[in-house]
Amino acid sequence: MSATFLGMPGSFPENSREAVQNSQLRFNLRKATHTIRDKRASVVGELPDWQELRAAGKAIKDHTLRNLDRYLIQLEAAVTEAGGTVHWARDAAEANRIVTDLVKATGETEVVKVKSMATQEIELNQALAEHGITAYETDLAELIVQLGDDFPSHILVPAIHRNRSEIREIFLDKMPHVSADLTDDPPALTEAARLHLRERFLRSKVAISGANFMVAETGTLVVLESEGNGRMCLTLPETLISVVGIEKLLPSWRDLEVFLQLLPRSSTGERMNPYTSMWTGAVEGQEFHLVLLDNGRTDVLADEVGRQALRCIRCSACLNVCPVYERAGGHAYGSVYPGPIGAILTPQLRGMSSELDASLPFASSLCGACYEACPVAIDIPEVLVDLRAKAPHAAAEKAGMKVAGWILNDHERLARAQRAATRVRKLVPKRLPGPLSAWTDTRDLPEIPEESFRDWWERNERA
Amino acid sequence: MRVALFITCVNDTLFPGTGKAVVSLLRRLGCDVDFPVAQTCCGQMHVNTGYREEGVRLARHFTEVFAGYDAVVAPSGSCAAMVREQYPKLARPGSRGAAAIAEVAPRVYELSEFLIDVLKVEDVGAYFPHRVTYHPTCHSLRGLHLGDRPARLLRNVRGLELVPLPGAEECCGFGGTFAVKNPAVSAAMGADKTRAIMDTGAEVLCAADNSCLMHIGGTLRRQQTGVRTMHLAEILASTEEAQ
Repeated sequence: MSATFLGMPGSFPENSREAVQNSQLRFNLRKATHTIRDKRASVVGELPDWQELRAAGKAIKDHTLRNLDRYLIQLEAAVTEAGGTVHWARDAAEANRIVTDLVKATGETEVVKVKSMATQEIELNQALAEHGITAYETDLAELIVQLGDDFPSHILVPAIHRNRSEIREIFLDKMPHVSADLTDDPPALTEAARLHLRERFLRSKVAISGANFMVAETGTLVVLESEGNGRMCLTLPETLISVVGIEKLLPSWRDLEVFLQLLPRSSTGERMNPYTSMWTGAVEGQEFHLVLLDNGRTDVLADEVGRQALRCIRCSACLNVCPVYERAGGHAYGSVYPGPIGAILTPQLRGMSSELDASLPFASSLCGACYEACPVAIDIPEVLVDLRAKAPHAAAEKAGMKVAGWILNDHERLARAQRAATRVRKLVPKRLPGPLSAWTDTRDLPEIPEESFRDWWERNERA
Repeated sequence: MRVALFITCVNDTLFPGTGKAVVSLLRRLGCDVDFPVAQTCCGQMHVNTGYREEGVRLARHFTEVFAGYDAVVAPSGSCAAMVREQYPKLARPGSRGAAAIAEVAPRVYELSEFLIDVLKVEDVGAYFPHRVTYHPTCHSLRGLHLGDRPARLLRNVRGLELVPLPGAEECCGFGGTFAVKNPAVSAAMGADKTRAIMDTGAEVLCAADNSCLMHIGGTLRRQQTGVRTMHLAEILASTEEAQ
């Protein structure tokens, strides 16, 4: 059973301090993100109309979000028509209860899962476990995370923080029937996982999935994946339960065209992902349930600036270009959504009452690389700045910023402050006290000059 | 041409040499320069740290001070990007503030933009016989889209050898209050940046933003690397006589 994100300790700065010191983690992350980053840049560069595609993706998502109520009802009708059952879940507790009841009704105590961030978000595995139901992850990276009793740390590559020798250790420790001479060769590791999973697929009667997209006009759900394990999950079991965030909707089949180009290129740096599975309603002899998850999304939709986060197609391009994610690692964000998108999505979905969630909007240098990489043009820096205005601030900081604002609001006050600084320039210590010590711990301070520019100008030009 | 200088609060207070370099460079190129003394700060620190109200007040002050000038030149990609990119988002659409911003913001130029796009000069007649590498800084790169303007200016400086900086487009880790709020990550980013700078063998690191240079330069000095940091304006203002 993989660990739960709720109640994770520490603010982002605290969590990242440890990550920065972990040289193995830093090395794993740098290597992985730079590899995907380069691949992405090269396949995106192949398309002469990338910016137009990006604009189309943004426009389709914005249109859908503006008319979400209408399209969701259309989706429900289409899914029902095709023999599926639609359930509406306001929050995590409701979604977990619906899924648990559905699994219980089958009489099964084991389910297989194809990677789904929505179920991680609502911590479904833990909820199922409380009712004696074991959920087995089947996405390779998700399986590694689950066996390692670990947290996912990346949207696309949940085990990005692990290297292959660490994975070998986890397999030896947690997979029954794995031979002790297992090497850390990727084909050997994959084969071990394959044998382990095959047995599960053949045994399981219930599967739980997420979806990358839902098409309102046909009621079709779409999953993009690389391993084929997802397809095994989606087709073999007798009951399929899909838990999907309400923002994953697209109006028409035609709209998929744009996203089937945007997503693989942005996420894995591939022109097309190896497996695209689509299903509409239930086939004979099988049961299909769709759980539509809100869990804070309609509140995000109500926020004029923040709502653009709901355009996200979970490609992880922003993570792979983010210099902060690269050093801090995914766990520092304390959520299934790490990196730049996590820094704007998590505090909107969960609120900013915890220290961790309140620190997330500040987990960025606002360098803008995420915005540039985002295939649906989410202006992440804009949302970060907006959330910072809503986040709680420490009293000392508030006082300092107020004083700074007062000084800067009048040029004569500024000039007096500059002259005061000049007078004490020789007395400024090499190491500053309080929160400013964060600067002098690793950097020298600039010397305060003998004269400010404005005083020089006044002396030379006004005379 | 009559040009208003927006020297920025960081330059005014900590790096007056950059302001003086801008004055001498623009005068050499025939501009009539003015420093509106009522200017203070663009408000970026306040807005980006979540103090919108104070930031809006400073933005209002900025638009009042710089109303009516043909061109406002700032030796900072970051502050120019603040005015041009972020100011329009600060005012209510249709309000008086929005109108004032729409009036002033398009006439605010970062130095290299002003030289190349407005004055149409790429060779400013500078002389600087050193090996230099250039860090584009995030707001210059992705906010203003300065592109190769600074490099074109530097390549025309006599004696200067411009060497490419690996991973140039990556953030140095300054990010305003980010450097103090997330010191561990900021320092790690800074350390990676200084390593890349050292790998170039350059004597001087140049950029169009003294705040990023303050962070990178502070790291370079703490590590006793001997590499200097210089603002783009200071290199462009250098002449043979001044050497």
